[in-house]
Amino acid sequence: MSVNVRIPTILRTYTGGQAEVSAEGATLSEVLADLERNHTGIGARVLDDAGKLRRFVNVYVNDDDVRFEQGLETPTPDGAGVSIIPAVAGG
Amino acid sequence: MAVQAAAGTPADTVGVSLGPAAALSCRECGERTPLGPVFACEACFGPLEIAYDFPGGDTEGLRKRIEAGPDNIWRYAPLLPVPEDVAAKPNTNPGFTKLVRADRLARELGVTGSLHIKDDSGNPTHSFKDRVVAIAVEAARAFGFTTLSCSSTGNLAGAVGAAAARAGLRSCVFIPHDLEQGKVVMAAVYGGELVGIEGNYDDVNRFCSELIGDPAGEGWGFVNVNLRPYYAEGSKTLAYEICEQLGWRLPDQLVVPIASGSQLTKIDKGLKELIALGLVEDRPYRIFGAQAEGCSPVSRAFKDGHDVVRPVRPDTIAKSLAIGNPADGPYVLDIARRTGGAVEDVDDPRIVDAIKLLARTEGIFAETAGGVTVGVTKKLIEEGRLDPALTTVVLNTGDGLKTLDAVAPTTGPTAVIRPNLDSFREAGLAS
Repeated sequence: MSVNVRIPTILRTYTGGQAEVSAEGATLSEVLADLERNHTGIGARVLDDAGKLRRFVNVYVNDDDVRFEQGLETPTPDGAGVSIIPAVAGG
Repeated sequence: MAVQAAAGTPADTVGVSLGPAAALSCRECGERTPLGPVFACEACFGPLEIAYDFPGGDTEGLRKRIEAGPDNIWRYAPLLPVPEDVAAKPNTNPGFTKLVRADRLARELGVTGSLHIKDDSGNPTHSFKDRVVAIAVEAARAFGFTTLSCSSTGNLAGAVGAAAARAGLRSCVFIPHDLEQGKVVMAAVYGGELVGIEGNYDDVNRFCSELIGDPAGEGWGFVNVNLRPYYAEGSKTLAYEICEQLGWRLPDQLVVPIASGSQLTKIDKGLKELIALGLVEDRPYRIFGAQAEGCSPVSRAFKDGHDVVRPVRPDTIAKSLAIGNPADGPYVLDIARRTGGAVEDVDDPRIVDAIKLLARTEGIFAETAGGVTVGVTKKLIEEGRLDPALTTVVLNTGDGLKTLDAVAPTTGPTAVIRPNLDSFREAGLAS
């Protein structure tokens, strides 16, 4: 499954400045693993030492917050858009 | 670590001078970053806050300087990330709102100590948001932004529109499409662009966060996103004012509404700063957070003993508090637990009852967020969790005229009579 991942500004040092990159995977977990393979270091910015999403990271598959879905096991269908967004905004 | 500018961020901001603000520091991991329009830590995504170099030593001099200052938030300029000449620049100059001694409400609630309402409906656009926006405007100027923007549940949209108009900046603000009409009008009247988003506040917020990283957002200062570290400091002025208005004393208990949790978090920061600067005596204080039951992710986490806030989909009349994914939720939990306070919620009917209770006893017409704080205060007293013998300050963060829809169905004429004395007597109105 190929998906399109939107990269926030603070992670673009890992993607050579690209705001969007492609990644492979049937679940968010697999997509993040593929991102790490192609952009070394990005995984540790998104996941904590226990392998969970960091407290201040929001991830959306298409328009759905993965915390309302299946977290890291949320399916990422072919052509889906994945957005990684800092959580510290708003209010 | 060098500031990593967002796409389209104005030129290099190193060397920007914002009074005592020294750097940005991550609240989560402590990583420091030079001042700039950034809001999340590169190391861990945690929230960036202002780190200060405050003037040391002369406590009395600082107190006198504050007391001699203007009757607005700029009296506290030495403690804020603003230039020294801030009071001379065009801004809305909010703050120094009334701290109302609420004796009739106290009697009604069984409070034997002193009960006060910090009434921020008296700000220029009738909510506390004028405080935070006034600081954000100064940051926007410093960083060279030409457009002021935000995601808003309504109050912030009006505050941004007004401040941008005063400052001569373009404004373009984003709101959920189904906001209360009063808030839409109060935001649109200032002449900026007002864009309804088909979604709830969390959808709007997410959109703004993505726009920042896109060239389409070039030159845009989002007060509660890329300017959030500066903006958030404005809420400290609530703590400063409350203590000064109490005669430079800490209140024993505060009841603060929670939307994103930023306000509560920064009130705590302000109190701690006053203690560190020697402006108030270091005594225990307790902070209670208040939510609407229909959007109570922080209250739920507090009651469940969690330190992670699980987001919810809001459904409440208290739209200004309807943030299902509160950015500062974890810190609110920390503060409530550290100070011996709590986080509680009330349902919509109790919010309406509390709005009417405050209006009936003190002549203050609060918006729904004020109904939430008064309602939660009443609930905490009834359950014996808030000490009625102590000094308590309850925040009203906005004007009831903004949320007429909430009380209109149950409010109206108590009688309709013909214009004659018989009709008057028949209605039982004679004394």
